[in-house]
Amino acid sequence: MRGTVYLRRYWQLYALLVLPLAYFVIFKYGPMWGVQIAFKDFNFFQGIMGSEWIGLDAFREVFHSHDFFKTLRNTLMLNILDLIVSFPAPLILAIMLFEVKFQWFKRLSQTILYIPHFISWVIIGGIVYQVFGTQSGLVNNFLASLGFGPVPFLSDKHYWLFTYLATGVWQSAGWGTILYLAALTGINRDLFEAAEVDGAGRLKRIWHITLPGLKTTIATLLIINLGNMIAIGFDRPFVIGNKMVMDYSDVLSTYVYRTGLESGQYTLATVVGLFQAVVGLVFVLGANYASKKLTDEGIL
Amino acid sequence: MTERTSNRIFDTVNVVLLAIFVLICLAPFFHIIAISLSSTRAVVSGAVTLLPIDLDLRAYRSVLSDMSMVHSLGFTVFLTALTTVFCMVMTIAAAYPLTHKKLKGRKVFMFIIVVTMFFSGGIIPEYILVQNLHLLNTVWALVLPGLISPFYLIILISFFNGIPDSLVEAAEIDGATQFGTLFKIILPLSLPVIATLSLFYAVGRWNGFQDSLLYITKTELYPLQLKLYQLVQNSMISDVTRNEGPGVLHSTPESLKAASVVFATVPILLVYPWLQRYFVSGVMLGAVKG
Repeated sequence: MRGTVYLRRYWQLYALLVLPLAYFVIFKYGPMWGVQIAFKDFNFFQGIMGSEWIGLDAFREVFHSHDFFKTLRNTLMLNILDLIVSFPAPLILAIMLFEVKFQWFKRLSQTILYIPHFISWVIIGGIVYQVFGTQSGLVNNFLASLGFGPVPFLSDKHYWLFTYLATGVWQSAGWGTILYLAALTGINRDLFEAAEVDGAGRLKRIWHITLPGLKTTIATLLIINLGNMIAIGFDRPFVIGNKMVMDYSDVLSTYVYRTGLESGQYTLATVVGLFQAVVGLVFVLGANYASKKLTDEGIL
Repeated sequence: MTERTSNRIFDTVNVVLLAIFVLICLAPFFHIIAISLSSTRAVVSGAVTLLPIDLDLRAYRSVLSDMSMVHSLGFTVFLTALTTVFCMVMTIAAAYPLTHKKLKGRKVFMFIIVVTMFFSGGIIPEYILVQNLHLLNTVWALVLPGLISPFYLIILISFFNGIPDSLVEAAEIDGATQFGTLFKIILPLSLPVIATLSLFYAVGRWNGFQDSLLYITKTELYPLQLKLYQLVQNSMISDVTRNEGPGVLHSTPESLKAASVVFATVPILLVYPWLQRYFVSGVMLGAVKG
């Protein structure tokens, strides 16, 4: 009896849940079930179930492949460089914005600095090509006016690293200030006033009050970043990269696309994807553990 | 140096530096607009920086008369609207039951959902799934695989949880059904968060590229980003070969590529100023939880 009362009251909730749960089962757990093709000699004709088991053969092949290690190295390299260059940028920008006294200037700057975050990587790729091109590009025009020859920002792999990183800063620095600015409004105003009375200069105030006030936010964001070291989006390296700079621009996500969908080596590409997912999971759990140890609060 | 002068120096340096950063942020947009509006001769000579030279509107005329480009824009608007409605309806349908502490199996359902935030099968099994469901080259390949973002779902759940229980209980005593409570109490109180999440779904779909690259080969179903990518990739190759030697590949004139990029950017820039505050509040919603 209690069961029917319960159902009469709550059946509508279960009705609401049916489609969302079906979505998760089909579109999220379906691919997880499909991961078994990493252990099979998959072809579309025989399907997932019909393809033959090959054990760890595909793993052996991937772990002996030069391309795999190159893309793994590039993924870590680009992420680490990004962390060094792109991580401090929003912090510095946020502190600068926080110190601005004219509200209209602050608000206008924020509005403009946020814009690149909403531009797709494909569009950014188009802009990057125009801005860094050797013939009519803005940057090379500027360098030429200073008397420097054209710099191959798009076709030399070392210069390309600069292009990749600069584009990342341009795209994310403004938007990244939001969390810092929010944390800054939480700092007790009295502290700033007390510092002023004590005669502390602006830089001293930033060093002794503002930065310590951001410590938790910085630590949390840093840990999240470290947890994502092996994850890398597809669009940015794929669109900004090109054949000339493949040595550096080919990363795990673009490698999976190339081997899987362009060359049809589904099993190998699935192995690489699985490797990335498992290592990524370990990184994220590790980061969460570190966060719990350091700040008593998990990031999950 | 007195306190006041050193303060003033700090303020001036700070504002000047910020102004420079803002200009650097805008310069690429000005450059590409300038290129799109300049004559081919001026562009090739490398004279165009931030302002157009020899004003020439032909590039825009060809972009706007290119039916495939205009069609792609129309399709992307339709696709974005469709995706946003589907995603939001499904996210609400999932969030509301999961706020009920008394719902049997709630923990299991939550676990099923949260697991997907940390582990996925990867794009190859996803591709095979979409292929097996016969969704390749259909609109649904771009809508269904990303129907519910677990992150947005959790944001919505925690927002619903913040609505006072007394309101819901009062409605239940008045004999409202669960659907009634959802439509009459919960949703009207959640409009701001629903607007914000819809916006995030919409921007994600508008800017989304990888799935269309994988699932769509029919040109009528090219979203704007995929359409634009082909032009961009063309340009990358021609710039790279240009360095190789004089065998120049002039597939598309620079100004035409630039005009296409501007064409694809304008819709975002037009809506951005009106929606900015929703975006910012969205980040804060996510941060409270995460």
